[in-house]
Amino acid sequence: MTELMVVVCMKVVPKPEEIRVDPETRRIERGQVRSEINPPDMNALEVALRLKDLHQARVVILSMGPPLFEEYLRVGLAMGADEVVLLSDQLFAGADTLATTYTLAKGIEKIGQPDLIICGEESSDGATGQVPPGIAEWLDQPQITLVADLEVDLQRQVVRGRREIGGGFEVLEAPMPAVISVKTASNEPRFMDYEIKEDAFTGKNLTVWTHEDIESDKEYIGTPGSPTIVSGFEQAAVRERKRQFLTGARDEVIRKLVDVLREYL
Amino acid sequence: MVASLYGVDDERKTIWVFLEQRDGELERVSLEILFKGRQLADEAGWSLIGLLLGHQVRDQAQRVFAYGADEVWIAEHPLLEHFTVDAYSQVVEKALMNGHPSVFLCGATPNGRDLAGRLAVRLRTGLNADCTDLRLDPQSGLLTSEVTGFGGGVIALLESPHHRPQMSTVRPGVFPLGEEDPDREGHSHMMEVELSEDMISTKLIERVIGEGVDLTQTPVLVCGGRGIDGKFDMLQNLADMMAGEVGATRPPVDEGHIERERQVGQTGVVCRPKVAFACGISGAFHFVVGIQDADFVVAINTDPNAPIFEYADFCIVDDALQFIPALIEEIQKEPELAND
Ligand SMILES: Cc1cc2nc3c(=O)[nH]c(=O)nc-3n(C[C@H](O)[C@H](O)[C@H](O)COP(=O)(O)OP(=O)(O)OC[C@H]3O[C@@H](n4cnc5c(N)ncnc54)[C@H](O)[C@@H]3O)c2cc1C
Ligand SMILES: Nc1ncnc2c1ncn2[C@@H]1O[C@H](COP(=O)(O)O)[C@@H](O)[C@H]1O
Repeated sequence: MTELMVVVCMKVVPKPEEIRVDPETRRIERGQVRSEINPPDMNALEVALRLKDLHQARVVILSMGPPLFEEYLRVGLAMGADEVVLLSDQLFAGADTLATTYTLAKGIEKIGQPDLIICGEESSDGATGQVPPGIAEWLDQPQITLVADLEVDLQRQVVRGRREIGGGFEVLEAPMPAVISVKTASNEPRFMDYEIKEDAFTGKNLTVWTHEDIESDKEYIGTPGSPTIVSGFEQAAVRERKRQFLTGARDEVIRKLVDVLREYL
Repeated sequence: MVASLYGVDDERKTIWVFLEQRDGELERVSLEILFKGRQLADEAGWSLIGLLLGHQVRDQAQRVFAYGADEVWIAEHPLLEHFTVDAYSQVVEKALMNGHPSVFLCGATPNGRDLAGRLAVRLRTGLNADCTDLRLDPQSGLLTSEVTGFGGGVIALLESPHHRPQMSTVRPGVFPLGEEDPDREGHSHMMEVELSEDMISTKLIERVIGEGVDLTQTPVLVCGGRGIDGKFDMLQNLADMMAGEVGATRPPVDEGHIERERQVGQTGVVCRPKVAFACGISGAFHFVVGIQDADFVVAINTDPNAPIFEYADFCIVDDALQFIPALIEEIQKEPELAND
């Protein structure tokens, strides 16, 4: 019998260091760009897997994205998750935060009634931490964001999280079900387990659902469900610098530097 | 198409700014947004309204006017003393549904993001997160937000033409703090607040908030990367001498040599110091965006071909572990540089 059902929201992102804007078309060149699991989501998965180590938990990975996500998400299975659900449909394309959170919330409802929904802090190509509160709002659940330390009290059906914020922390307690976002780099994600790896990459525990499967309202998904439009891309202007190499003995260099510091400070 | 709870037809041409406070003190980012908001409002001929929630916070109203607001809407309640997303989102939702602003801005702080993320869904509107610039078209009233979250130095411009309010969270430190004008006057409006314990499902058990570091304000930023081999004490000494702060690239933060709050760059803090030092830093774009508003950049790196030298005013090819102690020694001889 499982005591706890956990959904982990994970996303696959293009490797940020490889993204470029085509100077002519001003569009993002995605052709050559390799992808990876959004690194903060590995921290989210690790939190879920630790709950599974402690309790009888079932861990389901949920993602919305194109079919190419599949092979990446299977890494999560190899790390110990029980199942992957990928929400994939042409009609989901073009989703902004509102449509994404609606779609994920519908997926969660279809999965069942998880006790916890665990997200990463932010996606490197995304809405910077707006998805977890958005999911919480659609599902009308409490949220604890930026959690570095998480504890579940099954008796009282509450979750307690240490929320890391500038200059300190808060400890918050919420009744389950609840939505959590995990502070990036707050844990060390485990490696794949080689005993389950083969099964993870060939097994049937990956399901793809379309808009029909999750019974979503067409007006709320993809482009129609997205108030935000991208009106353009630009390459950031880089400020011109003097690029003056200071050569000579170290004490000479230091004197030149101190002269400049005196001028600026 | 999904429709927002109120639309373009029944918007009021105003800019609202959520004023975040911590223990009764206004957060700096809120004042930065007020300053920017004032500029946008003046260009468009709109008014600028601050929204202030807390417990006994009305004495802050004068400051809000001094930083540019025409009006401040105040909600006071003991349950608003500390931020909880449950209580705050209810009160702000009510205020927005009363005021129907065209634009609603809030700081991209942990609390600001929590609040904005929930409200945007509740109001069925667009949310542009972590903006680095804002433009308002005086004719159409369309807000364009600039965001950088794509890596590789890519900027995207985002708009929500058909939904209201047009919501954006603004990254701290991107707008300068304007001059305070203590003679500016405005109108305060006390809101009615109905809140009870049972509306707040998330309980605050403990709260330990210290000063926190704010790298966005420091005049001197001494940054260290992987090349300084964890010797942040040395950089702290240098920073202390010039009343500055220490910053870092991501690797030393990940390795636990220094707090994450001090990470500079794309996923860290964007700073605008007078002088920035980059010690043992290769110069990845992710880092460089964090110091591109510095007036003067000094880079110290053993590798003469390090990309950081492309982004520096003074380029010093040397071992930072030897150069910095020598620099500290020299500055000690300079009474007007070495603050205490
Ligand atoms: C999505 C994403 C977001 C990121 N966000 C950030 C961010 O916000 N901030 C950030 O900083 N990074 C960020 N990064 C990481 C970034 O891409 C670089 O990996 C990082 O900035 C490199 O740090 P570094 O320069 O300290 O290390 P390295 O690249 O390893 O460079 C070390 C440098 O030190 C020099 N050196 C070695 N010894 C000495 C010595 N004794 N004296 C002087 N020089 C020496 C070397 O020549 C080398 O140039 C991000 C990456 C990703 C993918
Ligand atoms: N398309 C998606 N599929 C699954 N999870 C997502 C998706 N987008 C965002 N998330 C989750 O929400 C977190 C915050 O993302 P964001 O709000 O985009 O910065 C991520 O770390 C993920 O856990």
